[in-house]
Amino acid sequence: MKKNNGQEIRELLKRAMPPVMNPELGRDLWPEMLHRLEARAPRVPWFDWALVAALLLWCLLFPKSIPVLLYHL
Amino acid sequence: MELLERFAQGELEAFETLFRQFQGEVYGWIVRIVRDPSAAEELTVETFWRIYRSHARFDPARSFGAWARRIATNVALDRLKSTRREVTLASDPSQGPIQDPAVGRDVREKIASAFRQLPRRLQVVAVLALIEERPYPEIAEALGISLGAVKSRVFRAVRQLQEKLKRQGIEP
Repeated sequence: MKKNNGQEIRELLKRAMPPVMNPELGRDLWPEMLHRLEARAPRVPWFDWALVAALLLWCLLFPKSIPVLLYHL
Repeated sequence: MELLERFAQGELEAFETLFRQFQGEVYGWIVRIVRDPSAAEELTVETFWRIYRSHARFDPARSFGAWARRIATNVALDRLKSTRREVTLASDPSQGPIQDPAVGRDVREKIASAFRQLPRRLQVVAVLALIEERPYPEIAEALGISLGAVKSRVFRAVRQLQEKLKRQGIEP
């Protein structure tokens, strides 16, 4: 391929599809980013909550077992 | 602790600071590739989402801007692969670059059509090197390829474009 042809293709392309001059972001995208981060924040599975509830119930019903539970933590 | 180190440890405040500092640069890079301002905004958020997810893999000794540009290029390339209307002729001048009136609409459409037929990885290199005139080392870094590979892709893109245009009766 001749160098001139490459240059001519480049010029033709630029005339048909001109470069994006000084692209500027018109607005702050942080609110969208934050929304996305919050939407994808990891959620606590339901069985974890069930486990916590069962543990609290156990402590209420058998308060003497609390030291044993603490010992095993 | 340095900002980049805090980001690498997953601190949201550090991420926000980097986001605000680099969102314009990342947007500018993406819009040059996809040539669609509203898609570029969406892809900028997608890029930073991937950046945030990968914070643990970021090396604070390296340039955040270069790393972000590389992820942005992958995001833009994914978009080019998934759609067929990214590198189009802007019909609304307020939304895209101003076209040269010396080149007729018919010829512009033929050139754009030939450009869209290029393999996506050649399109990206061609748009950055031939149209946007970005330095080859910058393109190589953003694509994660060697300087030689950039030159080779530019060469192949020009040659393929030449052949396609010739078939459509356009002799450069």
